Amino acid sequence: MDILLQQIINGLTTGSVYAIVALGYTMVYGVIQLINFAHGEVVMIGAMVAFTVIMALAGAGLPLPPFAIVLAGVLAAIPVCMALGYLLERLAYRPLRHAPRLAPLITAIGMSIVLQHLALLIWGRDPRAFPQIMENTSFAIGGTGGAAISSVQIAIILLSLALMAGLTWFVYRTRFGIAIRATAEDVRVAALMGVDADRMIAATFVIGAALAAVAGVMVGTYYGIAHYTMGFTLGLKAFSAAVLGGIGNLAGAMLGGLLLGLVEALGTGYISEITDLCRWPLIGDGGGLLTERCAADGHVVLFGSNYQDVFAFLVLILVLVFRPSGLLGERVSERA
Amino acid sequence: MATALIEALNLEVHYGGIAAVKGISFAVEAGELVCLIGANGAGKTSTLKALARMIPSAGEIRYRDTRLDRLPSHALIRQGLALVPEGRGIFARLTVAENLAMGAYHRDDRREIGLDLARIYAMLPRLKERAAQVAGTLSGGEQQMLAIGRALMGRPQLLLLDEPSMGLAPLMVEKIFEVIRTVAAQGVTILLVEQNARLALQTCARGYVMESGRITLADSAASLLADPRVRAAYLGE
Repeated sequence: MDILLQQIINGLTTGSVYAIVALGYTMVYGVIQLINFAHGEVVMIGAMVAFTVIMALAGAGLPLPPFAIVLAGVLAAIPVCMALGYLLERLAYRPLRHAPRLAPLITAIGMSIVLQHLALLIWGRDPRAFPQIMENTSFAIGGTGGAAISSVQIAIILLSLALMAGLTWFVYRTRFGIAIRATAEDVRVAALMGVDADRMIAATFVIGAALAAVAGVMVGTYYGIAHYTMGFTLGLKAFSAAVLGGIGNLAGAMLGGLLLGLVEALGTGYISEITDLCRWPLIGDGGGLLTERCAADGHVVLFGSNYQDVFAFLVLILVLVFRPSGLLGERVSERA
Repeated sequence: MATALIEALNLEVHYGGIAAVKGISFAVEAGELVCLIGANGAGKTSTLKALARMIPSAGEIRYRDTRLDRLPSHALIRQGLALVPEGRGIFARLTVAENLAMGAYHRDDRREIGLDLARIYAMLPRLKERAAQVAGTLSGGEQQMLAIGRALMGRPQLLLLDEPSMGLAPLMVEKIFEVIRTVAAQGVTILLVEQNARLALQTCARGYVMESGRITLADSAASLLADPRVRAAYLGE
């Protein structure tokens, strides 16, 4: 198997999901400079709602094609998450609009915990196996010794690209989208044009939450599991992706998501090889215990692929140290 | 003053404990071009911001039969009131065309919007040349043109202009004031705030002089230009 090609495919898949979730972070940040740490939990709720609906429909024995059942799950998750996004903004963040910036940030972390425990109460603490009703066909790429891409991966990548294209069209080509960008730039001047800032801010939450719902179903279907804590790490990774691309920047979130997915997949794919001490003659030939172990097992691996989650945060730290504005974080200066 | 389009009664603005506007009253009639002059920090900008509901204020603001002081800022353009803010307030990351489109955000008459856009492009051809350009890359004068053009896209009856000459080269200032006179001639009521008192009084029919939060003089522009107090304090004579 071609590890490089395989990990690129896997990375593009998870990267697409990160990109869709990162868009929610970056849109909200762009408009009100808030990191909505509860956004990952919205993804989780989306997965849970879809899971519930898919289980119910699959168990009901109705003559529905699998695709229709999954679609019903998505269509149920979207409005629930949109309502959740709206309520978060309306009840948790809007009252703190003019409070010091730390207050809504702490509130966001609080909302994340509240939502996790709400999900714990509703769906229990055990991981739920996402019903694998869709036939997951694998296609070989690159002949023998190549890699495989599954139909679920293809669906995730294509759907994500479509969502990104749709959002870009909406934000850059529609009157409402232009108004959101104007509000992001200057709330008070946008108000002079008749833009109700509260509506625009609520809209960014609702749009981000709709994307999160789809992302939740994609993650659930891809890993085959849904759990009340699944949104936490995913949310932090998507946030890292948004920072990597330049927080507040839509194209940046998309690019950051895909790149982060690739870095993570390639890192996971190669970490055990790279940290195999026997591969490094200077260390491996040092004699003593290590040489014996290398001779016996052939491998002394420092970090295995269970270090998967490290890469996203490594990227986050590196970006914050070396390029805090992110890859596409731009500063258009107003000339006097 | 029976036909006042906008009227302020005992308008007050406070920042924390500091009073920037101390209970002023004035009115602008429909079709008038009125200016509000005064030194830096006299309270001119605060007055305009209060009229546009961008900052909280005390006292009454009457616009036709509506109490503006009870409305949120985003409701004003639908009443026919537009403000070109100090520092122009263009959306730097939006294109020139998008900035102009934002000016007509509250309108639904697409055909009329198109006609207005053509009219504004005819009056300000530089904007048409730069329609697809990101507004932050425009020169200061072009940004001021854009800010005025954007306000006009809202088809205002009352246009509040805050320091349109600020930071601009003399030639550009002349052009901007030419635009202001054209707009006024088209029947738009204008309240102009300016530090450049001479230019303002030469452009307006009537003026108010503001000093430390109070209106100290109110007269025709010609009389103000001749007033020794104005000449000494604002015209550098």
